Amino acid sequence: MIETSGLRKSFHTGKGRKGATVEAVRGVTLAVAEGEIFGFLGPNGAGKTTTLRMLATLIMPDGGQATIAGTDLLSDPGEVRRRVGYVAQGGATWDEVTAREELALQARMHGLSKAEARRRASAALEAFELTEYADRRCKTYSGGQRRRVDIALGVIHGPRVLFLDEPTAGLDPQSRAHMWDEVRRLRKEGMTVFITTHYLEEADALCDRIAIIDHGEIVAEGTPDDLKREISGDVLAVTVNGSAPLAADLLSGQPYVHKVEVLDEQGLRLYVDSGATAIPLVLRVLEGSGVELGAIELHRPSLDDVFLTKTGRSLREK
Amino acid sequence: MMKLARDTWLIFQRHFLLVLRSPTWIGFALAQPVTYVLLFAPMLKLALKAEGVTTYTQAYRVYVPGLLTVMAILGGSYAGFGLLREVRTGIIERARVTPVSRLALMLGRALREVVMLLVQAVIITLLALPFGLRVPIGDLLLAYLLLALLSIMAVNFSYALTLKVRNEAALGPMINTLSNPLMLLAGVLLPLTLAPLWLLRIAEWNPFYWSTNGMRELFSGHVGASPVWISMIIVVVLAGLALSWSVRSFQRSVQ
Repeated sequence: MIETSGLRKSFHTGKGRKGATVEAVRGVTLAVAEGEIFGFLGPNGAGKTTTLRMLATLIMPDGGQATIAGTDLLSDPGEVRRRVGYVAQGGATWDEVTAREELALQARMHGLSKAEARRRASAALEAFELTEYADRRCKTYSGGQRRRVDIALGVIHGPRVLFLDEPTAGLDPQSRAHMWDEVRRLRKEGMTVFITTHYLEEADALCDRIAIIDHGEIVAEGTPDDLKREISGDVLAVTVNGSAPLAADLLSGQPYVHKVEVLDEQGLRLYVDSGATAIPLVLRVLEGSGVELGAIELHRPSLDDVFLTKTGRSLREK
Repeated sequence: MMKLARDTWLIFQRHFLLVLRSPTWIGFALAQPVTYVLLFAPMLKLALKAEGVTTYTQAYRVYVPGLLTVMAILGGSYAGFGLLREVRTGIIERARVTPVSRLALMLGRALREVVMLLVQAVIITLLALPFGLRVPIGDLLLAYLLLALLSIMAVNFSYALTLKVRNEAALGPMINTLSNPLMLLAGVLLPLTLAPLWLLRIAEWNPFYWSTNGMRELFSGHVGASPVWISMIIVVVLAGLALSWSVRSFQRSVQ
């Protein structure tokens, strides 16, 4: 649904001879499948928003190619605009007008007739559970309500791809969960969703696949689970009622175990590709050789571990 | 072309609605001109005696056109602030991801400014009637046309300048520094017939000197007087230049 190759953008900062060129995006190549929720992660200034704005036709790339919903971004941005929706980070509604009026105007700006715009506005209000506040001015809305209006504005024309820039920034946990549900609902309706976020929980819980961008380049791409596995696989903490070194001997010969670490007389750690598939195998080996198992615990590396490995920085530090 | 007109109308409607939703804004916009009409203009009958002004009708025919010129130019010059705020808050951006005409985003806003000015002009004119202002309706409409053109010029000049400077703190002083000499040299408060010759010679290079004079001739019912057509030509050209400048800056900055 979205395919880019070598997308580039640089900016000039300062003036005259003192000015410098900043390469914000140095060649982004990625592919997003239809119906996917794709997360785009990166530290501030990594080129996240610049990439998003290029894909949403707001800035012209300096080079590279992109096809969005079957349309070439560089040669036909007008058609891309018909097929995509974009919701900026801060959102943008006028305080003195109502959600219904905003939605109708947005639909009209997409070229729809007055009657059709009105119909779509009502449908969107319904879908986003905003009907109750529909005729109140936007300035009276809560953060979560405002955010839902923003997203409703972005999808009023039924786009095939939706770009969301930090959709849950600044929302309380409850509104955030509500927003995730909205995004999932849109995907269910067949939309492809491309979101930037710096919340790792969000990327983990919401996104089918993610890409991490750093210094203008993609440094990792895959499902959150794949990326975590790529780092170090899973960790199994095993406690036996007997001799840990004996258990270690037995298990280190198994093909799915990368490494065994004996902690003490009874405890050991196993490094495996996938904990979920390794656990039954480990159980079988230990049972077959008469070592009694005390406990087994699965640890997964977090996305933050992935982020740390790929960018050398932790997202949580900020 | 149809799409441009439709989209411009769409944007205009929204911005007009915003004015209607904030009535206090209208109050503030009118407070100053009304003050001048009520508290300053009555002094002109005596002050302009040397000019041959003997009635309040004559005094208001001198004063109201000058006031309207100030409102068009000064009011229009600050229009860019609103545009810049909308660029920053992302309201323009939200519109830009739709296929709406880029030009309409600007023209619709400019049209709102022009219409608001005309509404204010009508209110001022009506307020001056009890003081004895009398203007033939045809001439008045021509004067409003001249005023609308002045406004188009000022608003678009402001848009272009704002998009270039992009700094509200610098813009205010900049606009004041530019507009004050232009206003004084246009004789908006006192007609330049009172000026010494050297000042008059300078003023003749000021386009707004001509537009103020043209508007005064129209308010006096002298539709055939030369300042009328001279000012029409000057203002049409300037409005056209300002419009093309702002359209180009806008398209460059928003693509």
